[in-house]
Amino acid sequence: MLSHLPILQVILPLMAAPSCLLIRKTTLVWLFTLAVSVAALVVSILLLQQVYATGPITYELGGWKAPWGIEYRIDLLNAWVLFIVSALSSVVLLAANTSVQKELEPNRQTVFYTLYLLCFAGLLGIVATGDAFNVFVFLEISSLSTYALIALGKDRRALWAAFQYLIMGTIGATFILIGIGFLYMMTGTLNMADLAARIPPLAESSTVLAAFAFIFVGICLKLALFPLHLWLPNAYSCAPSIVTAFLAATATKVALYLLLRFTFTVFGVDFSLSHLPLDILLIGLGLVGVFAASIVAIYQANIKRMLAFSSVAQIGYMVVGIGIGTATALQATLMHLFNHALMKGGLFLALAGLVYQTGGCRIEHFRDLGRTMPWTMAAIVVGGVSLIGMPLTVGFVSKWYLIAAAIEQRLWWVAVLVVLGSLLAVAYIWKLVEAAYFQAPQNKAGAAEKHEAPLGILLPTWLLIAANIYFGIDTRLPVEVTAAASQFLLGGAAQ
Amino acid sequence: MLLASHYNYWIVIALMMIGLYIVIAQGNLVKKIIGLNIFQTSVFIFYISVGKVDGGSAPILHEGDTLYSNPLPHVLILTAIVVGIATTALALALTIRIKHAYGSIEERDIQAAEAQQERTSSQPQPAVEKEP
Repeated sequence: MLSHLPILQVILPLMAAPSCLLIRKTTLVWLFTLAVSVAALVVSILLLQQVYATGPITYELGGWKAPWGIEYRIDLLNAWVLFIVSALSSVVLLAANTSVQKELEPNRQTVFYTLYLLCFAGLLGIVATGDAFNVFVFLEISSLSTYALIALGKDRRALWAAFQYLIMGTIGATFILIGIGFLYMMTGTLNMADLAARIPPLAESSTVLAAFAFIFVGICLKLALFPLHLWLPNAYSCAPSIVTAFLAATATKVALYLLLRFTFTVFGVDFSLSHLPLDILLIGLGLVGVFAASIVAIYQANIKRMLAFSSVAQIGYMVVGIGIGTATALQATLMHLFNHALMKGGLFLALAGLVYQTGGCRIEHFRDLGRTMPWTMAAIVVGGVSLIGMPLTVGFVSKWYLIAAAIEQRLWWVAVLVVLGSLLAVAYIWKLVEAAYFQAPQNKAGAAEKHEAPLGILLPTWLLIAANIYFGIDTRLPVEVTAAASQFLLGGAAQ
Repeated sequence: MLLASHYNYWIVIALMMIGLYIVIAQGNLVKKIIGLNIFQTSVFIFYISVGKVDGGSAPILHEGDTLYSNPLPHVLILTAIVVGIATTALALALTIRIKHAYGSIEERDIQAAEAQQERTSSQPQPAVEKEP
């Protein structure tokens, strides 16, 4: 049983997805989905423990030996990302029943859970597999189900957002496919470990360079790295609240994992960061993304959209960490991966509560929220503070490591810009605080009734928000795992 | 000589550019989907070309044949074709619903409707049109 963990991680949600269609009762389907997600979480925790104790695990699918068959290879990096994805998925699912029953029509609720599990399986598959072509297949499984999930949104703009994302996403995925084709042409293998061994002698070849360019641009489209982020704000703001919370907490993290996997493991640090000027490119794009997206975020009236732009900015920070490319910087990126999932998961779940009670999440819905929905608003404030990066929250820890990494490399301007970027986050979070605590209520009839979000949404929200504070104070788990993972990434490439 | 012997790769490049151009330049959603299809098809042809070995026969064990084409890219591309069909089907389904919700499948009209919706009211428009 234990030796089959890597495949169980992916096959469980994949098999469970169509089974959802057989169960008609929505609450039963929800419980079933939740059970599957929690099972995946248990598997990922077992994997993480095992990898941390004994090193990478490999699993041959169907018993075919590695370069010929598909191999799943779990090392610390993907064990960490698997853990993040399945943990966040489980918490988001806790809130799903309440929110979905309110936001979706009854006949669409079973389909929602099917798509959710498919997307979940796709994301886990991308992370678990050690085969380049398999990445493409799982990428499309998760992408196709994501387009359908976004199109479930109530507003008709959701359809247009899903269509735009479909066009961009398909171009991105096809670019990755072209890149993988070039790599196969040059090396005759699709196995990542095999590729990593065969690419260095071919580093001068223009085919390998073209392969890298295609794969890099394709992943950046999926990652929504500035200036390829245009699909993200629409998709996040129009999708059902639960979908937004799930995607914000997991999908971009998986794309970032792919970027790390291809630049560091497959092509190798020497090729990506020394042979090509990728470090300057990533630092530059990341910082421009931080500023451009944060400034746009300040002017958004739709708060889901505002947080979506803030996600683009946060992706910028993670990419800066990859650009700097030292062990500390990678550690900052890997920690921010976890921390950003905690903050944005918490914030979007809080918004789900707001949508549940008020039917919308524009800035006017925030008026007097400090009194009508004190717990939800408090969650948004703590999440926001963590987003800004104040001490005692997780946001501080990862930014601290990022700035330390920049200073280590004497990139003073990067450190200064990271701090300035965080100040922009203060501006848009303050807008919410001002509306919620200092503005008169919308109806002049006097004090509005207290109408707190239902416990079904509030509890998962606070679970994530509490994790924001807990891991901001007790940083042992993320720091230890990410330190070992970043060492492994750099060490693995040097071999 | 390079032109003639690698003509399939030139076709791939031409199709790829045509497809991408249609996706970017056309405002009609169905035409965009067709462009996307042409773009994906060019990649399929690319993979199939990669697998071809000069003088190689079909990869089936047969007496007298010693040189075989590489079957792996063909198998890979079968998967990619399935993915492409799924994408097209989903895109077309979305287009039908966009037509119901906006009354048009021209990008310009949809964007105009969105801009108006943004200006006049913050009220969301339902995605599902009630049949009269």
